[in-house]
Amino acid sequence: MSVLAVLEQRAGVWNRASFETLAAAQQIAHELGTAASAVVLGQGIHTLATDLATRQLESVYAVEHDLLNNYTPDAYTVALEALITRLGPTVVLFPHTYQVRDFLPKLATRLGRVAVSDVVSHHVQDGALTLVRQLFQGKVNVDVGFGGSGPHLASLQAGAYRADRVLEGTASVVEIAPSIPPADVRTRPDAPFRESQRAVDLGAAELIVSVGRGIKEADNIPLIERLAQVLGAELAASRPICDAGWLPMERQVGSSGQTVAPKMYMAVGISGAIQHLVGMKGARTVVAINKDANAPIFEVADYGIVGDLFQVVPALIEAIQKSK
Amino acid sequence: MKIIVAIKQVPSRDSQLRIAGSGKWIEEADLAYEINEPDAYALEAGLQLKEKHGGEVVVLCAGPERAGQSIREALAKGADRAIHVEEDMGTLDPLAQSRLLAAAVTGESPDLILTGLQSDDLGYGQTGVILAELLGLPHATIIMEVEARESSIRVKRELEDGWFQHIEMPLPALLAVQSGISKLRYATLMGIKKAKSKEVRHVSAASLGVAPAAPSIVLQRVYLPERTKRTQLFEGDPNQAAAQLVEKLKFEARVI
Repeated sequence: MSVLAVLEQRAGVWNRASFETLAAAQQIAHELGTAASAVVLGQGIHTLATDLATRQLESVYAVEHDLLNNYTPDAYTVALEALITRLGPTVVLFPHTYQVRDFLPKLATRLGRVAVSDVVSHHVQDGALTLVRQLFQGKVNVDVGFGGSGPHLASLQAGAYRADRVLEGTASVVEIAPSIPPADVRTRPDAPFRESQRAVDLGAAELIVSVGRGIKEADNIPLIERLAQVLGAELAASRPICDAGWLPMERQVGSSGQTVAPKMYMAVGISGAIQHLVGMKGARTVVAINKDANAPIFEVADYGIVGDLFQVVPALIEAIQKSK
Repeated sequence: MKIIVAIKQVPSRDSQLRIAGSGKWIEEADLAYEINEPDAYALEAGLQLKEKHGGEVVVLCAGPERAGQSIREALAKGADRAIHVEEDMGTLDPLAQSRLLAAAVTGESPDLILTGLQSDDLGYGQTGVILAELLGLPHATIIMEVEARESSIRVKRELEDGWFQHIEMPLPALLAVQSGISKLRYATLMGIKKAKSKEVRHVSAASLGVAPAAPSIVLQRVYLPERTKRTQLFEGDPNQAAAQLVEKLKFEARVI
């Protein structure tokens, strides 16, 4: 019985979620009465493996191959399937990154298993691991258990575990040269690129008013613009608003947009799906205005008004003006 | 180009959810349903590819009888025909769901299969990738653009933190489409009328010869999340609530 953490890097730089997964692996291994190990895949990963060797781990597996230099789901699946089959870990943990989402279901299927994706916490009772994840955009939680024997696979939501809890120690590095038939790799990735510099830097904003689906139509956006204006706040939005083209993509807050940490974040008509929450949970004060008292946004809000935003926002604009 | 678009029917986004008496799922009796929004974007991408390159869009949907409503909607938007795997998918794990979908498309030989990124109900975000693996197809996820070439496709994939990447792969292939890839169309009156005469092929687990496998993950308990933060809530008269909030923001939180 053991716990294996599969960490993520690109061009020699750790994905920041990797150490959250490492911390979770150490913690879960401890609770299961076993040891944790870690694996890193790529090319030229010696420095990263050496970095891991200073953590409290049984082994660090450095899986090195030319075809692992640029990520492809085919090459990663071949390499990890062989490693997991060889090591036989009970639990294998991944960060729930875009890359993991791209290959983990394929790897799990190869292994005849189902991965539990986007896990937010866990508990261990009588030696059995139960994982907690969210359903219905965060409105409902579910406890998920594993049937049958391992390997039990799971990916962990960003921020669910704390990277600063990783325990230091020593670990031996095991170098692995996997066999990856070039013909098995069917997708050809180009080099990653960034689009033009963002004109709006929400990251530096002190006050943000953010609008979501509750606004109903593009014609209603000026109401929220007015609210932002009287507060002296930057205007932001959840993904659906930018998807619909009602506000430019550069104003999007969330896992696929900007991450913000203002003094105040006022979410208007935003239910608070996890993809949005990860982008704004660093805000000092969170205010939510929503007609649904059970909306997940209220779980992270310090202050909230339950009501129809088309009545509440005009009233709020008036109250702010009066208070000045 | 023959394109299959897999769609799922899910409870409407603004549904008020209640936990079922069993504690293992939600109360379904009084829910309204709609096409899973990420899948609506996959359908839109499929329809646009067909408009550009010709061919056929086939809707693939697994769910109980009520899913027929979502299938009709997809046909009304412009899909040519549909395959309805008539089973209560309930809490089936994504591998079991994908096995049914894979069996249902056997013999169709599509050039491209499109799915949304994840479902708004279970939200595993796995069905498309598992389906690709079961069918032996290359895949890519979080797709922003699709450019069809002779016997391959070139796609733009979203990475994290504002990074993107182009990927080329041979056809047939499967793509999980990012939401917001384009503007969603509405069904026209003509489309709704035409949809009534479009072919819907009904299959089931039994007719497809898919036997239920032992689940490798089990939903043990479904419950409402506990609040982690103490929220001061203001309800009732909007003017009063607004005044109370401004007072708090000014003198307690001191942010305005």
